[in-house]
Amino acid sequence: MSEAQPRTVGLFVTCLADLFRPSVAFSSIALLEQAGCAVEVPQQQTCCGQPGYNTGAFADTRPLAQQVIETFSDYDWVVAPSGSCAGMIKHHYPALFKDLPEWEIRAQELAARTWELTSFLVDVLDYQAGQPTTSPEKTYTYHDGCAGLREMGVKQQPRQLLKSMQGIELMELEQTEVCCGFGGTFCAKMPEISEKMVSDKLDCALATGADVLLGGDLGCLMNISGRARRLGQELEVRHVAEVLAQDLDGPGIGEGEA
Amino acid sequence: MKQDSLQFLNKAHDHMARPELRQHMDRLGVTLPLAREQAIAQLGNFEQLREHVKNIKNHTLENLDYYLTRYEEQVIQRGGKVHWARNADEFNGIVLDICKKHDAQRVGKGKSMVTEETDLTAHLQHHGLEVTETDLGEYIIQLAEEPPSHIVSPAFHKSVNDIRELFLEKHDLGERELADPDSLVQEARQILRAKFLAADVGIIGANALIAEDGRSMLVTNEGNGDLLSTLPKVHIVCATIDKVLPRPEDATALLRLLVRSATAAVMSAYTSFYCGPRGEVDLDGPEEFHVVLLDNRRSDILGSQYEEMLRCMRCGACLNHCPIYIGAGGHAYGWVYPGPMGSVLTPLLTGLEQSHTLPNACTACGRCAEVCPAAIPLPDLLRDLRAEERERGLSPLHWRLGLKLHAWLARLPRLYQVLTGLIVRLLHLCGRRRGALRSLLLSNGWTQVRDFPAPQGKTFKQQWKQRQREQSRE
Repeated sequence: MSEAQPRTVGLFVTCLADLFRPSVAFSSIALLEQAGCAVEVPQQQTCCGQPGYNTGAFADTRPLAQQVIETFSDYDWVVAPSGSCAGMIKHHYPALFKDLPEWEIRAQELAARTWELTSFLVDVLDYQAGQPTTSPEKTYTYHDGCAGLREMGVKQQPRQLLKSMQGIELMELEQTEVCCGFGGTFCAKMPEISEKMVSDKLDCALATGADVLLGGDLGCLMNISGRARRLGQELEVRHVAEVLAQDLDGPGIGEGEA
Repeated sequence: MKQDSLQFLNKAHDHMARPELRQHMDRLGVTLPLAREQAIAQLGNFEQLREHVKNIKNHTLENLDYYLTRYEEQVIQRGGKVHWARNADEFNGIVLDICKKHDAQRVGKGKSMVTEETDLTAHLQHHGLEVTETDLGEYIIQLAEEPPSHIVSPAFHKSVNDIRELFLEKHDLGERELADPDSLVQEARQILRAKFLAADVGIIGANALIAEDGRSMLVTNEGNGDLLSTLPKVHIVCATIDKVLPRPEDATALLRLLVRSATAAVMSAYTSFYCGPRGEVDLDGPEEFHVVLLDNRRSDILGSQYEEMLRCMRCGACLNHCPIYIGAGGHAYGWVYPGPMGSVLTPLLTGLEQSHTLPNACTACGRCAEVCPAAIPLPDLLRDLRAEERERGLSPLHWRLGLKLHAWLARLPRLYQVLTGLIVRLLHLCGRRRGALRSLLLSNGWTQVRDFPAPQGKTFKQQWKQRQREQSRE
């Protein structure tokens, strides 16, 4: 972006990054700042409300959504390192307030300013990083999270960034558009079917021969890495933001401190 | 059909415990979506056509009484009769009466999900009629005495070898190889040919009813519908009230989406339009023509938040693309309609009490809605059904309370930060060395099949605050 005054991004950290993997949020901030944004992280944020919303607890979700709408009302953009949280805000908040017009309009306004991280960098900022200085030491594959893919149109953006910023050519996994079996509360309600789905996903990931599986949604990544750990499979699992920002000092998701 | 949708998880378990079946379904779950994708790409204007058909269906549903009345008038004008059935019992009674009136002994049946819904075959058999399914898939599962596992391919769960063994056991035809699919088809054809010729009544389904001219459209790949409409004296078309469309061109627009979505073919092998009894100049055709239209709670769905479900054209694409359907198998759903469309329809047609597990068999991945040729927002409808499940107290209490607690805590950011900070610290300490926990209190569903990745340490918010403090000091 060439404007003199950087526009302000409110980072929607997501509860999973906040609690389990702060490095994803720090990497996101680093990337957004590199791309010329002023980043703020409002402290009032907690959770977008998906767990309740997806089980149909609409009345309990509305106050949470209102809290997010209030908290993020003053930013030019709202960016989340997650397709599913961004999708929740962009598509499901307006639907939640169909019968409350004054909130519906506010939800729509927020929706129009809300982006998934990689899509924001590519589709909004048209971010062009300099040529990568080193060639990648590891090989990578990528899992497309369903909400990112279908609700937020995230497909090429992370691939484009990985290539342009880090010189990474992905080893694509088969059946990449099939769900990994996380599905929020689904994985706990129907563990056996979820197990089959995540095992299939893991098989596809291992079949690529890649060292590292990347993705844009911590829910999927914790699911896949958790299954890999259970089976004793060697597969490093990371959020794409960590690789883009080269924040790779700590272990991958679900891995012990070496 | 006896319903046991609440046994979903147990039946899915049984299905997954059979490795050959699992492999067979997995293969179909890969090849069918690939084939459909190619067929849709060749069509070129899927999105426009889908929008067009959606608009037509919506218009028809908004004026359903008008188009149904018009359809009936046209059928009468062509010498046929339309019967209206509010529920399964009325439906089965009407069909049985028609059979009795003609002293029918033998009934030939084409594939019809409506008749599965009303359990027509069992009803007719109970009253002494011999009923033969003539669609090859339906014939196979009739021999196996199993319900269909898919709405387009009833024997979806049967491998070629399963069918071979079934034919060898059930057909008393002596020693033979039956080594390949072709010889299986030949054998079934030979047996069914005699059934067609002997049938007193032919019963078929419909993919669309055309209001403008009173014709019904049916697609088959075997031509069995045509034999059933021309050879027996009496021809009965079974359909539901949501199948009506205004004009012939609407039915053909639907056809272009339906066949590609169902089997990836450009055109079904047979696409037939049935228009009443034999006329004076006709060389063949039935003496009597009946249409039996079933409501079965569809008029309750009309005008409700689930109305979009009535656009469903029964192509089965949502099944083929659903990893849960592929994983659990069609029989796990415990009634007539499986997969995403079944998880919506079953609660609406039979009641949530009998089926509230089904709307939970969804990760909201959205693949079904993406491929649905009627653009039905299936994940949204399933979520609405989960909301009803919750409101009616059918979902497990610990889930309701747990999520209520979460929603309450998430609205108190300070308390949330303190509490989550403590829990995260604890989890980090427990899982630090391994990086993941093998078991975790209250997380049985998760840790039963996978480790629980441990948090990195402090929460982001704690670290961020610390950083802000340090920066302000500098």
